[in-house]
Amino acid sequence: MKKKTVEELKAIAKDLRKKVVTMIYEAQSGHPGGSLSAAEFVTACYFSEMNVDPKNPKWEDRDRFVLSKGHVCPIQYAALGTLGFFPEEVLHTLRKEGSPLQGHPNMHCPGIDIPTGSLGQGFACAVGMAIALKLDKKSARVFSVLGDGECQEGEIWEAAQTANKYGLDNLTIFVDTNNLQIDGTTDEVMPNLDLGAKFKAFGFEIYEIDGNDMAQVVHALDEIRMHSHSGKPKCIIGHTTKGKGVSYMENVASWHGTAPNKEEYEQAIKDIDSDYSFK
Amino acid sequence: MEKKATRNGFGEEIIALGKENRNVLVVDADIGKSCKSDGFRKALPSQHINVGIAEQNAAGVAAGMATCGKIPFVVTYAVFGSLRMCEMIRQEIAYPKLNVKIACSHGGVTPANDGASHQAIEDMGVLRTIPNMTVIMPADYWAARKLTRAIAEMDGPAFIRFTRDSIPVIYDENTQFEIGKAHIVQEGKDVAIIANGDTVYLAMEAAKKLAEENISAKVVDMHTIKPLDVDAVKDCVEKIGKIVTVEDHNILNGLGSGVCEVVAEMGKGKVKRIGIQDRFGESAPYERLLAKNGITIDGIVEAAKAL
Repeated sequence: MKKKTVEELKAIAKDLRKKVVTMIYEAQSGHPGGSLSAAEFVTACYFSEMNVDPKNPKWEDRDRFVLSKGHVCPIQYAALGTLGFFPEEVLHTLRKEGSPLQGHPNMHCPGIDIPTGSLGQGFACAVGMAIALKLDKKSARVFSVLGDGECQEGEIWEAAQTANKYGLDNLTIFVDTNNLQIDGTTDEVMPNLDLGAKFKAFGFEIYEIDGNDMAQVVHALDEIRMHSHSGKPKCIIGHTTKGKGVSYMENVASWHGTAPNKEEYEQAIKDIDSDYSFK
Repeated sequence: MEKKATRNGFGEEIIALGKENRNVLVVDADIGKSCKSDGFRKALPSQHINVGIAEQNAAGVAAGMATCGKIPFVVTYAVFGSLRMCEMIRQEIAYPKLNVKIACSHGGVTPANDGASHQAIEDMGVLRTIPNMTVIMPADYWAARKLTRAIAEMDGPAFIRFTRDSIPVIYDENTQFEIGKAHIVQEGKDVAIIANGDTVYLAMEAAKKLAEENISAKVVDMHTIKPLDVDAVKDCVEKIGKIVTVEDHNILNGLGSGVCEVVAEMGKGKVKRIGIQDRFGESAPYERLLAKNGITIDGIVEAAKAL
């Protein structure tokens, strides 16, 4: 895929954010908070870093993308629809009966490589993909988004040790570290302590960045590409803001899984249009 | 009579499959030695993954591999391969209908002296409840080999359960098995004994005893409990009307339950279920554990006569 500039990617992330809140508003259901915090990484992967073919979603040599925190699928759907994996108007069918855009992603949706939604599981599947690609001597890579709350699941660490054992330098995870989960902050619910130190102890190369700063996301992905043969899996600890870009959603746990009403929706679009919190 | 463990049948057939098709992989979770996948590791190291003592991850890793065209066999004990991995099987294997096989040793109460923690009495029932799953238990060494090959050749998720101890070899190299199709061991007209796994041999011996009393017993090896061979059950109801089911599994939700579902919807026919009596096991010899639950040749004979 043709590389894009940071400015171009920022504009795309802005467009995807608007699509996310529109989809969730229209569905009156969905998860805006984490969709917005992961927007920069998802945008940079799909629109610049990954080799994918919207016209051939099952292309064997494609890079894989596993949204382990599956509830934030609106941001992935927005990316896939914008790229043309399916007609963009399908985005208006989120969570509706018969739609390929299920409440949590499944493989009926073109571009989804594995169903997710039950936390802790997608990462292990990403590890399996990365092992299989290496067995076949393919240069394709695997990208996966994990939630910081999700890292409370034990299976995450089972998968992490496997990534180390098999030297999966073709695997990049982005830990969307927004410090919020349903019942409150991660520090209150179950302290993660230093996630970067934990993944480092599990054998990962660590890239600790502001995950909502597109320039830093792109820089980390550039560095990772240059370390593709280091024999180590990669972990970006992306410090992010849940609800990023929408004034009243930022850092408010209750916007984890709530849809905006009409007034809130209009405000959200205004906030995103005016680059609220990106100035 | 020659005796061999079904887990050995798996261990030999999986090597043949791996040599024929390099996409056939084994995902072990540390206990390959006792699950008999150890030979595969030695013969085909590049097709072998060991994720350590981490069964949930084994299921996820296998699912990811299957999306890349691999045919992974996750190998562990039946209690872990069903219950420990259960939600991962549901979410990442059965829901997307991926081509992952779960091949488990130590099914039923065969891990006898290990005690209740290692005895799998709910595995087949739990997995039978998950959409898209195929659930199988072979009755001897040859059935284990043939059905291992059959699940490798089908597209989609499957659970196959082997046992620890050597059991009589009742079939031969030429016996044919088809997934979802009952294997009729012998015809009979007075009572039908539908069994699977190690208990098929008990059913055959019970049929001999019944014959001595001029009772003609049909013996059915229902190796696949999902998809259940409904026509074979219906045939037993229509032509015989009396069925004894036998399994080394809880009487809830296993073979006996599956047969009863068919019989109940037909509105005729009588069934007696023989199996684990909905209670946990204990450390004891295998035969003792079976006997405590009435899973014996005499138990089958009595049940057949009482119908």
